[in-house]
Amino acid sequence: MYEVRIHSRGGQGGVTAARLLALAAFRDGRYATACPFYGAERRGAPVVSYVRIDDHPIRVYSQIRNPDLVVILDTSVMDVVDVFQGLKPDGRVVINATGTQEVAGHATYSVDLTGIALSLDLVVAGSPILNTPVLGALAKMGIVSMDSVKMAISEMFTDVRNVRAAKAAYQELVP
Amino acid sequence: MTEIPKEEYILRCTSACAGCPSSLTLRYVLKAAGPDTVLVVPACCTSIIQGIYPNTAMNVPVYNVAFAAAAACASGMSEAFRKAGRNTNVIVYAGDGGTVDIGIQALSGAFERETDFLYICYDNEAYGNTGMQRSGSTPAGARTTTTPGGKVHAKKDLDSIVAAHNPPYMATACVAYPQDIFKKVRKALSIRGPSFIHVLSPCPPGWRFASDRTIEMGKLAVKSGMWILYEREYGKVTINGVSKAALKKPIPLEEYLAPQGRFKGINRQAIDSLISQRDRTAQRLQREEEGIC
Amino acid sequence: MLTIATGNKAVAAAVKEVRPAVVAAYPITPQTEIVEQIAEYVTSGELDCRYIPVESEHSAMAACIGASVTGARTFTATSSHGLMYMHEMVNWAAGARLPIVMANVNRALGPGWNVWAEHTDSLQERDTGWLQVYVSTVQEAYDATIMAFRIAEHHDVLLPVMVNLDGFVLSHSMQRLETLHPGDFIPPMELPHAIDTAHPAGYGTLTGPDDYFRFRWDIERSMRRSAGIIAGTEQEFADRFGRSYGPVHEYRFEDADVVVIAMGTLAKEAEVAIDKLRDEGIRAGSLGIRWFRPFPDLDLGGRDLVVIDRDYSFGFGGILAQSLKSKHRIDPYTVIAGLGGQEVTFDDIASFVRERRPGEEHWFGVSDDV
Repeated sequence: MYEVRIHSRGGQGGVTAARLLALAAFRDGRYATACPFYGAERRGAPVVSYVRIDDHPIRVYSQIRNPDLVVILDTSVMDVVDVFQGLKPDGRVVINATGTQEVAGHATYSVDLTGIALSLDLVVAGSPILNTPVLGALAKMGIVSMDSVKMAISEMFTDVRNVRAAKAAYQELVP
Repeated sequence: MTEIPKEEYILRCTSACAGCPSSLTLRYVLKAAGPDTVLVVPACCTSIIQGIYPNTAMNVPVYNVAFAAAAACASGMSEAFRKAGRNTNVIVYAGDGGTVDIGIQALSGAFERETDFLYICYDNEAYGNTGMQRSGSTPAGARTTTTPGGKVHAKKDLDSIVAAHNPPYMATACVAYPQDIFKKVRKALSIRGPSFIHVLSPCPPGWRFASDRTIEMGKLAVKSGMWILYEREYGKVTINGVSKAALKKPIPLEEYLAPQGRFKGINRQAIDSLISQRDRTAQRLQREEEGIC
Repeated sequence: MLTIATGNKAVAAAVKEVRPAVVAAYPITPQTEIVEQIAEYVTSGELDCRYIPVESEHSAMAACIGASVTGARTFTATSSHGLMYMHEMVNWAAGARLPIVMANVNRALGPGWNVWAEHTDSLQERDTGWLQVYVSTVQEAYDATIMAFRIAEHHDVLLPVMVNLDGFVLSHSMQRLETLHPGDFIPPMELPHAIDTAHPAGYGTLTGPDDYFRFRWDIERSMRRSAGIIAGTEQEFADRFGRSYGPVHEYRFEDADVVVIAMGTLAKEAEVAIDKLRDEGIRAGSLGIRWFRPFPDLDLGGRDLVVIDRDYSFGFGGILAQSLKSKHRIDPYTVIAGLGGQEVTFDDIASFVRERRPGEEHWFGVSDDV
């Protein structure tokens, strides 16, 4: 079983990112569950979402304690939440940031998801859309296939810029 | 220029959304009310804005109560305080859903019994706390999650319902005019009996505009005449200055609707419904002010 | 069609398939997505029903009652405080013998406000005459909702059915879902006592001490019959659509020396604990209770029992454990766990089994100092 934890702020689409990832994994023919943890659900408040991917039916509902992958959509969350808690020793990190980021002891991949979203004017009510580009990054890392990512995005969104954003992130991430 | 006290009663670490009109309003409400105040809060955004146990973001006692029950609870609390000779302000601070829908029975009862309290309804025109479902206070044409095609029915006229109870004081207000809020709360609290203040609260995630345009939206609402600022004191209506000017020369309604994602694609029928409701309300208030009706 | 969906979306999708005539809708976390999705179906034309956005839950049930007695298929959804507010009318619906189906997304009761999973809300309605089922997966939420209408509307039942799913853990979790078209598996609703202006009758009129108790007995008689109708419905569902359900869900139960009994998602989490315990040489098994009303007949003799209650009846005990005790003369080890969404992992459940003390009750996570 592969466990992913996604950190974001309310209104940035972190919950949808988890659902997209689960949908893409499902389209890959695997089992997947996605569940957000709702604290005070407010635009701007920290939000955590969980995704489990496996080749067998998943019966676990409790929160992910030792993720294989931590995804940080908004680095400001790191000031208030211990985003790396429980990350497995060989666990990896994906960060929405410019330039290279390093997290001690873990392979870290940074993609400028915000930049990609802004360049495509993929913005809703003042917030850049991060959940579709991040799926492209995750595909480049081999978590899900790019074909399934495109399928999943098209199922959930009509705006084609979302697929373009995923493709751009796919290009940008160096695995 | 009104002297606004410096003391803050809303502390840091609220769980409010960025750009929240309600917490801004509440800040001025509490400055006006002072420390001898209890807020009675039904289920609404404010329940969450207080923050999570063991903290509270408000520096006055806040009594959280079930959704339907705020005015009834406040009624009991006020009676008990007054019996004990205490003048503590009892203020219900409720959203539109908890006022105009599920809370209206309790509201009506409390006003009919002439409860000595202040009821403030901060109106973001939907059930904000659960993610923007339509309420009776949602205007025609607005998209919410339960009216994905735009609300068909008109906004319930809460002010007329309250007016029918003949409270000694009632007023409308808007987050974009905080000094006005302060003055109206002070006025309300100085009067014995039930008072009511209806505050327009443009909600960035709910109405779908950027978090830094809250005040701007509030001003557009008033300047287009969609929200009229007035007071009714012992039955006498006074339309406040900024609305008087707005009603003389309102900005086009489209300027108010256009920046809000919830009105995207609004059809002509709904726009006409909004215009006619606005005009009816304006006319009625103006006539009442002039003493014609 | 095979897809992936949350519990809430699955319930809404099932409701769409059975085509109710009227849906009453009021928002409350964590159920709201159900009524929102139904609103989308109605707006897009996929579901032709009258959608009533009521102003409170009490009114939601009242509206369902008014619609149902005309012979119209109705649905609503709620949680926790909404269910509490509805309580008077929940009673009324069963007394009125109306086949209303309601999804209840299990959520704890305030104060303090808590939006996470707990079963006390629906268990407080256990005396009302409603049938109650507790589901553990998204697929089950879908299937149970579809079957609920057929069971409720059966002429030997004619009682409302509550489909319970855990708040957030299941309502908001995405899992695989296979949708279906029920076809004639759900026949058109026919209410024998529907309002008929050609044959006017009084409904719920003043009923004196010499007669009232007969109506109450009639509810119980139907409740007893419903067990057979549920079994028949689930059997036909299995034959037609390939998925089997029963009053309970057994996992490695046959040869188990110690059995964990739970409801909702904890029953599934328990299965992972069972596998771990088996690896350690402990012959453990689990029983997920699905139908709580009518309460199931179980053969639990000769095994150690660990009951997990995600609920409580103050001054008395865990409602599931106490129900099992009184019905089946057993003395389980009861663990009160998961209240207000408290995290309970498969490791925790395994430790409940290892630490069991038959006949005792243990509140997970508390000490005398609170």
